Amino acid sequence: MKELKQKLSKAFGKKNVSESFNEITVCINSDDVVDVCQKLKDDFQFEILIDLCGIDYLSYGESDWNGNASSSGFGRARQAQKSSNQKEQRFGVVYHLLSVSNNQRLRVKALLSSNSLMIQSVTKIWNCADWFEREAFDLFGILFENHNDLRRILTDYGFVGHPLRKDFPLIGEVEMRYDEKLQRVVYEPVSIEPNVNVPRVIRK
Amino acid sequence: MSEMKNYTLNFGPQHPAAHGVLRLILELDGEVVERADPHIGLLHRGTEKLAESKPYNQSIGYMDRLDYVSMMCNEHAYVMGIEKMLGIKVPERAEYIRVMFDEITRIMNHLMWIGTHALDVGAMSVFLYAFRERENLIDCYEAVSGSRMHATYYRPGGVYRDLPNKMPQYLESKLRSKEKLEEINHNRQGSLLDFIEDFANKFPASIQQYSDLLTDNRIWKQRLVNIAVVSPERAMQLGFTGAMLRGSGVEWDIRKNEPYSVYDQLDFEIPVGVTGDCYDRYLVRMEEMRQSTRIINQCVAWLKANPGSVMSDDHKVTPPNREDMKGDMESLIHHFKLFTEGYCLPEGETYTAVEAPKGEFGVYLVSDGANKPYRVKIRAPGFSHLAAMDEMSKGHMLSDVVTIIGSQDIVFGEVDR
Repeated sequence: MKELKQKLSKAFGKKNVSESFNEITVCINSDDVVDVCQKLKDDFQFEILIDLCGIDYLSYGESDWNGNASSSGFGRARQAQKSSNQKEQRFGVVYHLLSVSNNQRLRVKALLSSNSLMIQSVTKIWNCADWFEREAFDLFGILFENHNDLRRILTDYGFVGHPLRKDFPLIGEVEMRYDEKLQRVVYEPVSIEPNVNVPRVIRK
Repeated sequence: MSEMKNYTLNFGPQHPAAHGVLRLILELDGEVVERADPHIGLLHRGTEKLAESKPYNQSIGYMDRLDYVSMMCNEHAYVMGIEKMLGIKVPERAEYIRVMFDEITRIMNHLMWIGTHALDVGAMSVFLYAFRERENLIDCYEAVSGSRMHATYYRPGGVYRDLPNKMPQYLESKLRSKEKLEEINHNRQGSLLDFIEDFANKFPASIQQYSDLLTDNRIWKQRLVNIAVVSPERAMQLGFTGAMLRGSGVEWDIRKNEPYSVYDQLDFEIPVGVTGDCYDRYLVRMEEMRQSTRIINQCVAWLKANPGSVMSDDHKVTPPNREDMKGDMESLIHHFKLFTEGYCLPEGETYTAVEAPKGEFGVYLVSDGANKPYRVKIRAPGFSHLAAMDEMSKGHMLSDVVTIIGSQDIVFGEVDR
């Protein structure tokens, strides 16, 4: 573990390698993702891409419970949060790698700059990235360059929006029913109201 | 004679061999598969999004519903992730109970798999025998958690309660005679542990029975041998884990290589395949059931000898004793805070994986210090297995597609999340 950390620090710079809960994370620049991953696979023997996922840092560190809640109370019916955060780097892609031959795990994290949601695809390095990247595209709208088949995967055919983004409401935006008169399925804006049973609280 | 063209076939989503709601678009040349394009997401319930809106403990139940035939293993990964970030220690007895139920779950999952796999390929009777045994294991779930499938039994800090001292029995009924009642209650006279022990003693004979029906069966071999051969290199490229990876000859099992819970204190072996075809994966899973029985036996022996607490007494995370709450202010406050607000995890992120019956089930937790997770990513083994469908079925016959789905042991709860 220590040895791996040292080797990684040497290859990618000491300030980019961190350790917590016995797991090593390497933060990289999103433009270098293919070079870094190729290196990790060839030189560090990370043969398996265990997981690839997107993450949206829009409302990171925000809570529902602000100072005056004890006098005004906490409203349970709430609109989707309008975040005041203007993050320089809102989206990220997180790779979890596994080396079977060395019995090591590694997390690689690439933050995307907010003006471009484009990152290089790693499908050439690990073929299983195919569906994982499709999923990240579907749920977050992250675009993977050089991906052969970037279709939606988990959501419905013809779905609009990227549901795992923090500004996408939990109750969704449209609901579907069968219309007797039109003899077909119709989509309408959701009729239910958002409701928060337990406020989000941050306690240090 | 007119020239034959390729045609496209829609397989599922309402097909019994599709194991749920798989929709496969198959491009066929005659009866040979040229391309398979699985369309998934028909069971997408947005588990990850839902988990972000709830305190940590309220999402344990969602984990059961991911891979709904290996419920407790999913809970285990989630609960371990929370424990890792909170830094709380779980009593050893709870760890043994968890491992025992992980292995019970593994057998449950494999029984479901062998039954449906054999049914898909054309052997009806194995299904009936497998479900006969599975019923006993579901009874264990019920005895310990009150629910036959979705247990929500593992909690951060331990398990919800200790194993019951009395195994529930069948009641008298007009529909069965006294002799029959005595017969079915015969192994339910003692505690749950006695019942599990009795099961573990009888189960190897049952595995032998399935093996007798299938292993040397000519039809079974014709349908499985040399179907969907995956080399070890390709298996790793495709992100296989669990029995799919081991079937291709890569010796990798999280229970052995990165032991969690108390697996490092138990004695068991990891079966590995040679050729990487469907038949090898079948053999690997059969042997896994035998090894699981061994682990269960060791856990039962340990649990019988070591009574004790099954829940951590850190009441910031685990509920206080009901009786204490009546007289102790501190306990009352703990109870109130825990059930209205939950607990906050320190800021940070962690990836926790367990060896679920289908492969590596992992949970990537990101916390910003709140009482709800900031991001939960569920890494389901079936997702990358199904992604390999195209490569595995290429060049095989249409009927082999069914064999491959069975061999991959797909469950849509976890693929679609």
